[in-house]
Amino acid sequence: MIDLNINTDLARTILTGFLHNEITRAGFSHAVVGLSGGIDSALSCYLAAEALGPQNVLAVRMPYRSSSQESLEHAQLVIDALGIQSLTVPITEMAEPLFAQFPAASSMRRGNVMARLRMIILYDQSEEFRGLVVGTGNKTEILLGYTTLFGDSACALNPLGDLYKTQVRQLSRALGVPETILAKPPSADLWLGQTDEGELGFTYAEVDRLLYLLVDQRYSPEECVAAGFAEKFVRAVVERVRRNHFKRVLPPVAKLSNRTIGYDFLYLRDWGT
Amino acid sequence: MKLTLALAQINTRLGDMATNLDKHLALIQEAQAAGADLLVFPELSLTGYVLQDLASTVAIRPTSDNPIFRRLFQASQSIDLVVGFVDEDRRHRFFIAAAYLSGGELVHVHHKVYLPTYGLFDEGRFFAWGDSIQAFDTRFGRVGMLICEDFWHASPPYLLWLDGADMFLLTSASPGRGLNDGAQLESARWVEHINQAYASLFTTFVAHANRVGYEDGLHFWGGSTVFDPNGELLVKGAYNQEGLTLAEIDLNQLHRTRARLPLLRDERTALVMREMNRIHSNERLTNR
Repeated sequence: MIDLNINTDLARTILTGFLHNEITRAGFSHAVVGLSGGIDSALSCYLAAEALGPQNVLAVRMPYRSSSQESLEHAQLVIDALGIQSLTVPITEMAEPLFAQFPAASSMRRGNVMARLRMIILYDQSEEFRGLVVGTGNKTEILLGYTTLFGDSACALNPLGDLYKTQVRQLSRALGVPETILAKPPSADLWLGQTDEGELGFTYAEVDRLLYLLVDQRYSPEECVAAGFAEKFVRAVVERVRRNHFKRVLPPVAKLSNRTIGYDFLYLRDWGT
Repeated sequence: MKLTLALAQINTRLGDMATNLDKHLALIQEAQAAGADLLVFPELSLTGYVLQDLASTVAIRPTSDNPIFRRLFQASQSIDLVVGFVDEDRRHRFFIAAAYLSGGELVHVHHKVYLPTYGLFDEGRFFAWGDSIQAFDTRFGRVGMLICEDFWHASPPYLLWLDGADMFLLTSASPGRGLNDGAQLESARWVEHINQAYASLFTTFVAHANRVGYEDGLHFWGGSTVFDPNGELLVKGAYNQEGLTLAEIDLNQLHRTRARLPLLRDERTALVMREMNRIHSNERLTNR
């Protein structure tokens, strides 16, 4: 049985507790979130505001010249609803000189540059605001690798990484994220008319059900086909998950000594706290 | 006979025994002030749970030479204690351990027998496997201690029951997992089910102290419980919050329950032994 429904009260308690605990034990009391106007970053802001108090959350809007006005407005809805601090840092003037050097750069390259420029701004604000960068990546996009390494995936901690997009929607609705944000199609907003589902070639609702069987329920690809998923779709998703695994792990260190970081030097980040 | 049992549902600092000891001593005072006779701390309460390479550096011996245990022995002059720690034996093997202290003395140490080494767990990589499950006598009668995965298996509680334990003191650092649309996490539901089942099947008291807090992304859910020999819930701690949970235990309930339901009287241990021997000798054949 595929049931992605979650107890949103429980998720809210665990995730706000996670943010509060993990940020304060590291010696911080503030959070910095890149707020795009989409559902994921809106949810991260709602959770961070509840965990730390709205005055301790800084939402940063980082539009590029082609970003839609609607994205800025939707981000503003979140800022106003929560009463969190906010800042708008356009990235156009950072990006253009690089793009001018490589005028033929693909939209993939441009999108990655934009995502990484936003990372630079968030980490710079992290220092200025004395807060940790709270991530916005969900389980679906992490598994599919639909993310820029060292770009939008960069964060100090991530409250959404074990929630499928479908579950992000459910939790967002329960926390009161504005309906206009819930209703619009997810988009990286790198060019006009871009949507996640258009680019991926399937819907989140569809792929979440498949990933739930493959990952959470440990179905084999064959069992997923027997459960009713198209074989081509199953193969494509399985391959995509495998191919993007490099984005989910630290770069491997070549082992030489008896004790090597990543292999046999093992401590939690919370060591000593 | 009645006693007041207290469960210390605490968060810990990972690898910082001095801070964790201070918290133990504060809760011991609080429990004493509330009239508790016995206070149970969760698994690895002095060290934190996901120790990995910290395991060997936080390992101690439960003797009065040890500055941490010296303070706990002192505290146990007026209240019996169960504490969780890493025990380093004479051969320098490291065990996940629970110690029962009373009257300034060490009464019993249990080494965790089942070390989960699957899924999110990696205990078998860092710790030695305990090799004994024994009940022991206290001023409240005969009791037994088990640590987390020990009681996910049915045999350790069964052995304690046969060995005379009328009160099971179970400790955990149970990471929450299995969020669905139910009221509880799957891990919490499972632990509560089996605690209630053991109390019912063995007509015994079953107390469970679970910790709270976070270690990296892991979340410990609390919800400590005490069930009586009828399988009735006596008390339950809050989920996800530190606190002391007190239960008044009327040991005469054992008399009343077992008069009604003589499962212990009728348990056929010789038959179990005979069948176990048969099954054990055939195991290689039947599991092939």
